[in-house]
Amino acid sequence: MTYTIEVNGVKRTVDVDGDMPLLWVLRDVLDLKGSKFGCGTGLCGACTVHLDGEAVRSCQTPVSSVGPTAVTTIEGIGATPVGKRVQAAWLEVDVPQCGYCQAGQIMSATALLAKTARPTDQDIDAAMTGNVCRCATYTRIRTAIKKAAGMNTADAGAL
Amino acid sequence: MQTRHLLSDHPAARRGSPSRRAFLKVSALAGGGLLLQAALPAAARAALAAASTPAFVRIAPDGIVTIMAKNPEIGQGIKTMLPMLIAEELDVDWDSVRIEQAMLDAAKYGRQFAGGSMATPLNWDPLRRVGAAGRQMLVAAAAETWSVPESECRTSSGTVYHTLSGRSLTYGALATKAATLPAPDLNTVKLKDPRDFKIVRRSLRSVDNPSIVTGKPLFGIDVAVPGMLYAVLEKCPVFGGKLVRANIDAIKALPGVRDAFVVKGGADPKGLVDGVAIVAETWWTANKARESLEVAWDEGPGAAQSSGGFAAGAAALGKQAPAKSLRADGDAKSALAGAAHVVEAAYSYPFLPHMTLEPQNCTAQVHDGKAELWAPTQNPAPGAKLVASTLGIAESDVIVHMTRCGGGFGRRLLSDFMAEAAWIAKTVGAPVKLLWNRQDDVRHDFYRPAGFHFFKGGLDAAGKLVAFSDHFVTFGNGDRIADSAGMDSSEFPAGLVEHLDYGLSMLPLSVPTGPLRAPRSNALAFVFQSFIDELAHAAGQDPLAFRLALLGPETRVLPGSADPKNPLRAFDTGRMRGVLELVAEKSSWGKRALPKGTAQGVAFYFSHLGYFAEVVQATVARSGSVKVDKIWVAGDAGSQIINPLNAENQVQGAALDGIGEALGQAITIEGGRVVEANFDAILPLRIDQAPPVEVHFLTTDHPPTGLGEPALPPVVPALCNAIFAATGKRIRKLPIDPAEIKWT
Repeated sequence: MTYTIEVNGVKRTVDVDGDMPLLWVLRDVLDLKGSKFGCGTGLCGACTVHLDGEAVRSCQTPVSSVGPTAVTTIEGIGATPVGKRVQAAWLEVDVPQCGYCQAGQIMSATALLAKTARPTDQDIDAAMTGNVCRCATYTRIRTAIKKAAGMNTADAGAL
Repeated sequence: MQTRHLLSDHPAARRGSPSRRAFLKVSALAGGGLLLQAALPAAARAALAAASTPAFVRIAPDGIVTIMAKNPEIGQGIKTMLPMLIAEELDVDWDSVRIEQAMLDAAKYGRQFAGGSMATPLNWDPLRRVGAAGRQMLVAAAAETWSVPESECRTSSGTVYHTLSGRSLTYGALATKAATLPAPDLNTVKLKDPRDFKIVRRSLRSVDNPSIVTGKPLFGIDVAVPGMLYAVLEKCPVFGGKLVRANIDAIKALPGVRDAFVVKGGADPKGLVDGVAIVAETWWTANKARESLEVAWDEGPGAAQSSGGFAAGAAALGKQAPAKSLRADGDAKSALAGAAHVVEAAYSYPFLPHMTLEPQNCTAQVHDGKAELWAPTQNPAPGAKLVASTLGIAESDVIVHMTRCGGGFGRRLLSDFMAEAAWIAKTVGAPVKLLWNRQDDVRHDFYRPAGFHFFKGGLDAAGKLVAFSDHFVTFGNGDRIADSAGMDSSEFPAGLVEHLDYGLSMLPLSVPTGPLRAPRSNALAFVFQSFIDELAHAAGQDPLAFRLALLGPETRVLPGSADPKNPLRAFDTGRMRGVLELVAEKSSWGKRALPKGTAQGVAFYFSHLGYFAEVVQATVARSGSVKVDKIWVAGDAGSQIINPLNAENQVQGAALDGIGEALGQAITIEGGRVVEANFDAILPLRIDQAPPVEVHFLTTDHPPTGLGEPALPPVVPALCNAIFAATGKRIRKLPIDPAEIKWT
């Protein structure tokens, strides 16, 4: 069956099963490889994309459920002002190690900052706990989110 | 990921050619420029027993220097760091450097692997010599051009200067001429005084980060080859099981499925084993088809094994004398009998998975007796060898592209997924991307082996440790210890306690085991540094002071039993004392007034040539839930921290990795199979559990060593020791069970 979805501002028509998850439509049909497969069950966040600005797990989102909502992926998030700031902060802080989870991290962080311009540590925990970084770059993820928000990061880790 | 087909024109065809013996090969680039290729002689190698380290540099007429990154990138930052060494001695600006990932090509690059935190010690000297040789040739080219002595020339930022005449020429302008000059002797090229370093010790960002944050295809899973199909492979859940029959015809009839077939493999889990391959037009279709798959397995004798059975077997063996002695200093039995105070404790730890976030995968195409693979591998050369033997083709007919790896942790040192992809691609006759799902990845790993330790420690009336014994019950078949399941006879505190016994017994095992980040050390640190802590408390001494007393006031160098002649493998008590004192200072050890339920714990460990002492501050709620408040790390990895920005990242990640293992990770074996399947049962650390990690390096006058692993082992006992200090409950079994540490 064919579905027309809007991905990063462009309408794309795909001929796939309706229960095919958006992740695999993006990766294997539309050749957008930035969203990653980690667990297939919504437990790791590597596949996070935005539907109308909301962070969702694309591995748990059947393509038939997308409808007219706007899909934004890591390939398109830099076109939004918040996404661009988050990417720049990720580079400045040198967050990645292996980098595999970072697309999902950036998508979740961007969704957080779009709603909460100056998040507390608890806000960050709540928004980011669904995104696993197996290299555990969490200290830098937290710092980069605060940097992208224009917050002071100098006292991080004081005890 | 854009890919190129290189079957017809690839350096693999040249493998084994005389270039392996070349000392330093120089050639002109088409269109001008210098190509510098070096295969270092044995004499130039570090004191470590490993392969030589050639490198590959290209200088274009416009001054852009392209450096090949020869080793696999798994997140350890090596793609950035190794080229830094060449660029430093070549004396070019980092901004003018471009980095390209090398393919597998042993003739050109020597050993290409990511393991053992060995890239720094193996490459620190040789790669700087490559850069220095290039610089020397560019200086010679300039001197010849100007008819001046080389000694009057100096270099800076990719330019040669003749100060007396005020002349200068860029490397780009000199490269073509330099390519015609004889190559210098790598053993005698002049290296910079470390005081003059401009790139080493600079915090440089990882070169792939701009691609990572914008979602560019970099990883094995991102590879796309024209005409590629997607495959899954269903294997027997019981290790060693054989396939009896499967409903292949029904699977083949499913929409979107292009092929399905039985794979008949061998008995070695490191290679191809029995399974059913399903090949489809999309990966999702192939994976979904497994829901309709019906397979009858002959589970074999492995089905009788279980975690409960291992524990019972270990408990029985622990009551007996060890089957084999590893070390016997003095007379531990008599010393324990005569000790003023004897402490006995049994410790254990579980099997652990690697759970790289990028599941195992490989893309392969096979035709005309040649195989080309795109593999996220830590160890491409053994992978190529395995593919060759699996397909029955020559190793020289296997081409391996190394992709970026979405985590390694030791899992991708094994090459099973490469053999599978190659076999499936050959059978299908089309390019195939094999991708495991998470359940495959958790249930078909090479696990960190579980283990059991039965300790006794004897203190004299003054609280000094005078006798120590460990009966280690591990796994093995016949006389052969399972992979990564051994222990060295030099394990601390060996050599520092007068009467000491180490012995070992083995339980048979069908579960495949292998190296997990800081192999052996990640488990041994927990048991030894926890038991040492028990002894400190029994002696009524501060745990940090007790450890300092054990190390002693004078520096001693105790040879490592695995590699006794290698000075870097020896345990230097002074270096450990140094980091222990540093971490005590930075954490304000013993000086903090902490509320009930909150405490600090300390531990140290020497592994992968690095000395690390760590303090964990943790808070245990009355319910037993654990919150790690902060980690302080002090590390000694030699004279230079090459890229401080990445070094800190590695150390923080390693410490947090250990916290994750201790809090939530165990593989359970029942009926010969793994019970856990995904991240709801085997718990990776999450951001709300991750405390700040403060990292301090002590630089000492020793060769630089690696940082991928050595910060991990001590954090586990440091956490457990903090929990004891907070609650009075001793963790003797991992992972930490909140029900066991409730307090009132």
